[in-house]
Amino acid sequence: MTDASIPKSAPKTSIHEIDARTKKRNAAETRFKAYGIAAIAAGLMILAVLLVTIIGNGRGAFTQTFVTLDVELLESKLDKKGNRNLDDIKKVSTFGYAPLMKEAFTKKIEEIGLETSLKSKKMAGILSKSAAADLRNFVIADVEQIGKTVEFTFLANSRVDGYLKGRVTRESIANDKNISVEQLDFVDALLEAGVIEKRFNIDFIIGADASDQRPEAAGIGVAMAGSFFMMMVVLALALPIGVAASIYLEEFAPKNWITDVIEVNISNLAAVPSIVFGILGLAVFINYMHLPQSAPLVGGLVLTLMTLPTIIISTRASLKAVPPSIRDAALGLGASKMQSVFHHVLPLAAPGILTGTIIGLAQALGETAPLLLIGMIGFIASNAPSGITEGLLSPNSAMPAQIYEWAKRADPAFYERAWGGIIILLVFLITMNTIAVILRRRFERRW
Amino acid sequence: MYDATLENDVSQKDIKIAADNVQVHYGDTHAIKDVSVQIQDKTVTAFIGPSGCGKSTFLRTLNRMNDTIDICRVTGQILLDGEDIYDSKVDPVQLRAKVGMVFQKPNPFPKSIYDNIAYGPRIHGLANSKADLDVIVEKSLRRGAIWNEVKDRLHEPGTGLSGGQQQRLCIARAVATEPEVLLMDEPCSALDPIATAQVEELIDELRTNYSVVIVTHSMQQAARVSQKTAFFHLGNLVEYDDTSKIFTNPTDERTESYITGRIG
Repeated sequence: MTDASIPKSAPKTSIHEIDARTKKRNAAETRFKAYGIAAIAAGLMILAVLLVTIIGNGRGAFTQTFVTLDVELLESKLDKKGNRNLDDIKKVSTFGYAPLMKEAFTKKIEEIGLETSLKSKKMAGILSKSAAADLRNFVIADVEQIGKTVEFTFLANSRVDGYLKGRVTRESIANDKNISVEQLDFVDALLEAGVIEKRFNIDFIIGADASDQRPEAAGIGVAMAGSFFMMMVVLALALPIGVAASIYLEEFAPKNWITDVIEVNISNLAAVPSIVFGILGLAVFINYMHLPQSAPLVGGLVLTLMTLPTIIISTRASLKAVPPSIRDAALGLGASKMQSVFHHVLPLAAPGILTGTIIGLAQALGETAPLLLIGMIGFIASNAPSGITEGLLSPNSAMPAQIYEWAKRADPAFYERAWGGIIILLVFLITMNTIAVILRRRFERRW
Repeated sequence: MYDATLENDVSQKDIKIAADNVQVHYGDTHAIKDVSVQIQDKTVTAFIGPSGCGKSTFLRTLNRMNDTIDICRVTGQILLDGEDIYDSKVDPVQLRAKVGMVFQKPNPFPKSIYDNIAYGPRIHGLANSKADLDVIVEKSLRRGAIWNEVKDRLHEPGTGLSGGQQQRLCIARAVATEPEVLLMDEPCSALDPIATAQVEELIDELRTNYSVVIVTHSMQQAARVSQKTAFFHLGNLVEYDDTSKIFTNPTDERTESYITGRIG
């Protein structure tokens, strides 16, 4: 026996005195808690920095500078024949509209009594390069306006917009050919007269991308539609395929080496870099199946491949979480395997499946790399799709692709829009994740 | 305690289930060895024995619940009313409608009390109308001796009931499909003595309509509710006889040791 090793008379200790060993243990615990708190604090700080940076940089994209002018739509310039024939009116190019805007500026400075040495061409230079096209579109949409004087709101040039937002200063434009100090003085005067104002710009949220020269006209709306159609494809394919695969694997498949191999491969697929799915999509969907390039349909198919493993893994996990006693209860009553799964197991697993699906969709929504290879990144000048077929098949971009596209353009005005796009993307992601959390909380059951 | 004279008159009843040379293997483990037993109609038969002796396994072979376990293999013959239940023509789903089961842990569906009872009749098409179903639900809950407690809250979730009520709900759910045999796998092991007494009383009433087979760890319970008792040990059926005989004058010395508490 071990009696001999036990000290005959252990020194008597008081529980009011903390011995050295206990002190050491307590100190270790205190230190560990401090590390934890420090880690959480660091995480929160990084999050705060991230949010402040994103909102600080992106906020500007939601407001835009507009110039309101009274434009006289001269019949002599726009419709020389005077018969309001749309074909004839369409022959007048944007050059034909430029004089109207110059004229409008001249009138405006007379009206507000402004003295300036600026030529009317320079005055019109503070407008966006899309101003003439906007006016032309307005006239083509309603030819009856010709001959009348209309109040028209033009987008200001991105330099002017930047000046109002503090991005452009008199010093920074020293070498800028697009704008001069005189023009900025002119802007100041118009600002005072209320002709120029900065306000909320819905076109950033619903509009289409614009070319390098017109950052002020660029919007993320069409890319948003592209993302939407891709998500519809992902949802329509990945959810049924993923859920059916999981149910079969989890509830029906015999447990043997084939199902083991399948299981391991599904887990591996979840870890495959997304660009691999992109090149697979390029090879299979575009080169082999000849689906259209840059189409949200192809993007959706590629993202489906990427999302499937996520959905399968989360669905299997939530099916596994349903207690076997429920299956036994149903089988014991004489329900068939399928009845027990569809009547009892699946409804109980549904919140978990939905959560997994939403998180998978959110991942797919933010995915950029695979889109690179199927031509969805780049300046894709398209208008908002008019229907489902067009939405699926006509070239489009996606939100993260649009952000990447803006971020790599030279003009700092695009940089601001990239940050603005990130805000919109984050709003979507946070909304989706919140829905996932709410669903999980709401339908969580305890047995 | 039981009344020995009354319960001895079971011998002339019909044989409901006849098992002959049943062997069950779990992978390499030989769980049930050569068990032959004849279970009578309108009788409560208790399976007793120490943990791991195979009594639950044997119970689950009677309605082929073991089919759900991949590695489980059953050989031998089990006849229900003279028909082999392991015949290739038998669909276990149909079999389980005839041989109902109540599990160790109360497992009501996370649905309303009404839906819990109505589920079986619905999938088996026992009710033609809502009114029929209402009748079945009420009748089953009455047979489950729980009607008075739940009649005012039929549409509340079954999982909200107490453990004893849940188990009686499960019994009511099992009888709602009109089975011929009711298998009970330690139905009272998760219940307190009062709930246990209620369930036992219920089992005794169920005997008038069904053949009840109950697995139990409690010898007192076996003595109280059953007319026939089978003692399992290490996968063997050691002794099967009238309950009164098993508990007062067992033939096998292993049975005697178990009953008197020397093994088990």
